Amino acid sequence: MCLAIPMKIKIIRGEFAQVEAGRLKRQINIQLLSSLKKGDYVIVHAGFAIKKLDPEQAKETLRMFDEIH
Amino acid sequence: MKYIDEFRNKTLIKKTTDEIMRIAPKDNIRIMEVCGTHTQNFCRFALGSLLPSSIRFIAGPGCPVCVSDQNYIDKAITLAKLKDTIILSFGDMLRVPGSVSSLEKQRAEGADVRILYSCWDAIKIARANPKKKVIFLAVGFETTAPTIALTILAGKKENLQNLYFLSSLKLIPAAMRYLAQDKKLNLDAFLCPGHVSSVIGTKPYEFIPRSYKISCCVAGFEPLDILEGIYLVLRQIKLKKPAVVNQYTRAVTKDGNPKARKIISQVFKIEDACWRGLGKIPQSGLNLKDAFIKFDADKVFKIKPAISNLRPLSRCRCGDILKGLISPQDCPLFARLCRPDTPVGPCMVSNEGACNAYYRYR
Repeated sequence: MCLAIPMKIKIIRGEFAQVEAGRLKRQINIQLLSSLKKGDYVIVHAGFAIKKLDPEQAKETLRMFDEIH
Repeated sequence: MKYIDEFRNKTLIKKTTDEIMRIAPKDNIRIMEVCGTHTQNFCRFALGSLLPSSIRFIAGPGCPVCVSDQNYIDKAITLAKLKDTIILSFGDMLRVPGSVSSLEKQRAEGADVRILYSCWDAIKIARANPKKKVIFLAVGFETTAPTIALTILAGKKENLQNLYFLSSLKLIPAAMRYLAQDKKLNLDAFLCPGHVSSVIGTKPYEFIPRSYKISCCVAGFEPLDILEGIYLVLRQIKLKKPAVVNQYTRAVTKDGNPKARKIISQVFKIEDACWRGLGKIPQSGLNLKDAFIKFDADKVFKIKPAISNLRPLSRCRCGDILKGLISPQDCPLFARLCRPDTPVGPCMVSNEGACNAYYRYR
């Protein structure tokens, strides 16, 4: 039940947003976050966006794996 | 898919496991995770087969369904038997055995028990059924708590008179303190849960290395995330410098999600709570504040679970499994009497339960 996945914001309508991941589309509540915009990726848990993903940090993590020594 | 595929990259996984092999101490190392998705993905991607044999990766109490105590299930069943009641729940809860029944059995006998993906739908159901008492089984950790808090606030704003919540929400750092103190467990490290930490941040774990000298790393859920999390705790163990390291920086910051935390504290108060297998843990649960008392199913219906002293799960070892004292295979019921289609204990019910994950991916 705690499964939470990164989904991309397509449309924002007030307190709700249309998000998608692959072919999965959902309407979610975005009241737990401020200043989201179209194209952002969010972690979606049980119909709510709980955190915006940081694309720079994601790249950084991948780089770190690459440079582990 | 973005943020998933790149964290399953074979070359990077190989590099990381090579490094783990290089720095892993010869002595046995005990690393515990406390998140159902870690349990599941560790088994699903067979990550154990990539680790040196000295590393014991233990599944702790990270599945909210598994840690809901029998008392709670019995209360939910008692509520389901009331007239004109609709019980709403996350799916996994339905099959968890109480003392003598389960919500699934109650449903088969005619109770109105419905599965929700999101607690927000409880609002719509309460609105559409003004003559029924609509009771949501609020189960989960800090990831789920703000979503339920927000739903309660919305119910209050709309002045819904027929919506109630039976809370069994729990706090992970409190359980980690309990486990850290257990000498029998003798943990070297914790892999801290990714999405709980998205909400609470990394600060609430800082007492663990400070007071118990146990290394911590907040890790994401993809294979590369979990493996790097393991690498990062091994490095701390090697340097003998326990700390809280954050591997999942794309979704976790030091402060987490302040807005979500504020909403939690607006609606809930922290109280002692009972965990299945672990017993009562101080300051480890969330209950509704007095301002929301008319939404609190516990207070409104004053239900007493009729049969809390019966222990029919006599040979079930879920309690020891949740504490990390034994592996699922060590339970005499595992894969014999207890299987996903006929679960005896809660750890076999949920996809995130240790027994269920070990069964499916063994």
